[in-house]
Amino acid sequence: MRELDVARITEAVKDLSIRTNIYLPDDVKKALRESLEREESPLGREILQVILDNHDIAEKEKMPICQDTGAAIVFLEVGQEVHLIGGAPEDAVNEGVRQGYREAHLRKSMVADPVLKRKNTGDNTPAIIYTRIVPGDKVKIIFAPKGGGAENMSEVRMMTAADGIEGIKDFVVDRVSRSGGNPCPPIVVGVGIGGCFERSALLAKEALMRTIGEPNPDPDFDEVEKELLRRINNLGIGPQGLGGRTTALAVHIKTVPCHIASMPVAVNIQCHVSRHGETIL
Amino acid sequence: MKTVELRTPLDEKQISSLESGDKVYLSGEINTARDAAHKRLVALIEEGKELPFDLQGAVIYYVGPAPSKPGQVINSAGPTTSYRMDSFTPLLLERGLKGTIGKGPRSMKVRDSMVKNGGVYFAAVGGAAAGIASTVKAAEVIAYDDLGPEAIRRLVVERMPLFVVNDTSGNDLFEAGVAEYRREE
Ligand code: SF4
Repeated sequence: MRELDVARITEAVKDLSIRTNIYLPDDVKKALRESLEREESPLGREILQVILDNHDIAEKEKMPICQDTGAAIVFLEVGQEVHLIGGAPEDAVNEGVRQGYREAHLRKSMVADPVLKRKNTGDNTPAIIYTRIVPGDKVKIIFAPKGGGAENMSEVRMMTAADGIEGIKDFVVDRVSRSGGNPCPPIVVGVGIGGCFERSALLAKEALMRTIGEPNPDPDFDEVEKELLRRINNLGIGPQGLGGRTTALAVHIKTVPCHIASMPVAVNIQCHVSRHGETIL
Repeated sequence: MKTVELRTPLDEKQISSLESGDKVYLSGEINTARDAAHKRLVALIEEGKELPFDLQGAVIYYVGPAPSKPGQVINSAGPTTSYRMDSFTPLLLERGLKGTIGKGPRSMKVRDSMVKNGGVYFAAVGGAAAGIASTVKAAEVIAYDDLGPEAIRRLVVERMPLFVVNDTSGNDLFEAGVAEYRREE
């Protein structure tokens, strides 16, 4: 057994929370630059340029790219040969969020009671944590701050085998169409298919972590992704929803087996500030 | 489509000259308010009480900025999604509010109210928050400090870049823009 002090997790989460909110992944920046070359709408091009300039200002001034520095979504993959010591892993993650959001002056956007009191917790905790036990002796932490504007446009639908792949495509395109300018397009669209009700939603979020430009490992779903991207961009929503040819930068699909009676489908919408980063301990 | 330099407070004449699609550089004092602050503002109006800022010719920016660093005027401050304020906006427009700034489309009720009361809705670029912050020259919390990022702030902005989405004639840039670039499958 390899011993690992959870203080290392705190440190890593703190660092990731700051880094992901200031620096966007290279694949996202590249996709935005390429979309500027393709965009036909003059207003759309102007907006894309503002978005690209904003990355430079954020990096230079060490300011968050977006003021909504998100709910702290954390994927923890813990190797089965790791013995965590020094405290509870979830507490360690939350401590990392607390320290990172305080030190880097990131916005605290969590309310304790989701309905009645809606009082801000003041430190952006609790993080939303998904833990998996995997083979090996490492701990992998993926950190993905998720803004409310894009998350609010997401949806799970319990479809059936009769709906088929065409039903799924129509659902995804319709979901993006109804979102319009709200989720800060250009967006990335994560689609989760299979599992059960909540598993499909988690798959859709995991799909957003894939590098833009990397093909789907399944050639059939790769084709579906390409078709969906074309249909979504033909909606004309464009940058910020004000019209244009760039509505989405990518569509990513993730699938798992499911029950014979079900076909759960989830669409998780991600804005152009597609933040995520990882560390392996 | 033209480029316009605007200064607050806004009057009828300025407002009626704006057209959907115009680019605007806005300067002067504006106020921030999001969901929770709107709830309180509308409650004050319903109780007949005074508001923390004068609504005549006012502009409200839907934003919850990131907390400032020491010595910084304001941290990243991009727009939040406007539809969440839709149920509150008509009443504020009736009381003299002239402009709102946010992202995403407004409801038909808000659009009708803008035509009726003479108001415009501006889009700022969502997610371009560090860039927008650089146009803010002064910021202070004037009400509801307990709401943290949702407190009402008075901002002094200098040439904040915006686009006119809804004008007083009922035009909508979202509808027009999407119609222009939509391709049938
Ligand atoms: S949807 Fe994304 S870019 Fe838009 S305000 Fe929210 S976090 Fe920022």
